[in-house]
Amino acid sequence: MARAAVLGRLTWRVGTVAATRDETATARTIALDVPGWPGHLAGQHVDVRLTAPDGYSTERSYSIASAPADGQADPPLVELTVQRLEDGEVSPYLTQTLAVGYPLELRGPVGGWFVWNPGGPASTRPVLLVAGGSGVVPLMAMIRERAAAGSRVPFKLIYSVRDPGALLYAGELLRRERAGDGLQVSYVYTRAAPPGSGQPTGRLNATTLASAGWPPEESPAVFVCGPTGFVEAAADLLVRAGHGAGAIKTERFGPSGGKP
Amino acid sequence: MSDYMDGNMLGGKLGELFTMDVTAAAITCVSCSASWTIAQTRVYPHAPGLVARCPTCDAVLLRLVRGPDRAWLDLRGVTCLQLTVPGQ
Amino acid sequence: MGIVSPGFSGRRRDANEKLPPGQYLVTDFPVLSAGPTPRVDTGKWEFSITTETGKVHRWDWAAFQALPAEEPTVDIHCVTKWSKLGTHWRGVSLDTLLAGVDTSAGFAVAHSYGGYTTNLPLADLVDGQAWVAFDFGGEPLEAEHGGPARLLVPHLYFWKSAKWLQGISLSDHDEPGFWESLGYHNYGDPWREQRYWGD
Repeated sequence: MARAAVLGRLTWRVGTVAATRDETATARTIALDVPGWPGHLAGQHVDVRLTAPDGYSTERSYSIASAPADGQADPPLVELTVQRLEDGEVSPYLTQTLAVGYPLELRGPVGGWFVWNPGGPASTRPVLLVAGGSGVVPLMAMIRERAAAGSRVPFKLIYSVRDPGALLYAGELLRRERAGDGLQVSYVYTRAAPPGSGQPTGRLNATTLASAGWPPEESPAVFVCGPTGFVEAAADLLVRAGHGAGAIKTERFGPSGGKP
Repeated sequence: MSDYMDGNMLGGKLGELFTMDVTAAAITCVSCSASWTIAQTRVYPHAPGLVARCPTCDAVLLRLVRGPDRAWLDLRGVTCLQLTVPGQ
Repeated sequence: MGIVSPGFSGRRRDANEKLPPGQYLVTDFPVLSAGPTPRVDTGKWEFSITTETGKVHRWDWAAFQALPAEEPTVDIHCVTKWSKLGTHWRGVSLDTLLAGVDTSAGFAVAHSYGGYTTNLPLADLVDGQAWVAFDFGGEPLEAEHGGPARLLVPHLYFWKSAKWLQGISLSDHDEPGFWESLGYHNYGDPWREQRYWGD
């Protein structure tokens, strides 16, 4: 983990919004220009801090969506994808108020366990990514890093959402899968499937996992991310399917879908 | 009802105190001897301080309070913290 | 303080002269917890006061409900800076509970189902300053807010108002509780902003 082994304490630094991009009706990607960004690994996150004029402040964690390669550009660009929560305090600000040129305070990169590094040990193992809602964000960073590194390690993504309108990176995932370089994506729709697709709706279950995932004999590295309930259910299915608990790495968001 | 997060979220606050990533650090629970990484612990973040509990037995593993100019870290719930330190 | 985020105001809160220093008024009732929410059936619930000599006074739910109750309306202040004014509770005063308890102890520790503890001088539990509360806002106290019953000591920071109260032990010596042993002020007076050690 040499590249992002940040020696020295993490401290708050200020980034500037360079661009924003709507991903869905309620989610937005924010590209930040972060001078002095030390680089990051796919899967890491940042803590974001907002402060009101009277000094009131609050923090939230957001996964980094961009590949580490982008963080090495000049100027370094770090992207976050934020899902707006109905009763959220921070996400409405980030998805509706924050604009190009605005400052944003962040601390990171954070995390050394829930990461995938194309150059690291065990990086030749096939990878299974299981995403619930906005849990796809750190897994997308892994997919993007895989492409940037020219890696051919087989990747399978199982992406569970309520309905097609909730899909983040929909076009990009289709494009990357069509590139035919070893990424396969399967979608699970819990409320409504694409019209005319005939795909049944429902939660991720053992059958879908078996057909869309890797069998345990392939010894994949497994990354599961999403709301707590989703992660626990998915991890349970994976263990029952025979994947070793030690091979499964999880990252839980808060029950409402965003890290509190 | 799962109202906890996991130890991945401790990385930021602990990262202010340690010079390396702590989420991948290995710990053993003093109460039940289960081994976990910090990232796998159950963190209750909505409190006057952060509390990380053992996924096996729910015992408190570590606690962190952050004041304006001080931090208090209690590691009595783990036998020790094993960190991966970049080699010389 | 961090840089100000342009256009950010956060959850609705007001500054108010009636608030202790550093506090904000909130309209909801935040839930703070250091662990899983204990689920205690009133059929199995028991509250006890243990004196410094080891004598135990116990009440089951029926006996507790038979005690005279009061309906205090109080302001509450959390060390994480939120405050709520004029909250309505129903509970049994510690004066009532201690009436039949023979003690010369100076200190108390409140114990919760689930293991939480908090300490305070016995003098801060008496003279109409504290209750064991079981209704909030006219409804039975919800588990996430500390039900079936919690301690209510509004003149101190709200971490002293132990949720899921199981018992109070009295002692001649002071024993810092869960947060008091990790940086939070041993006494916790919001009006003197006693949040952390040394404040």
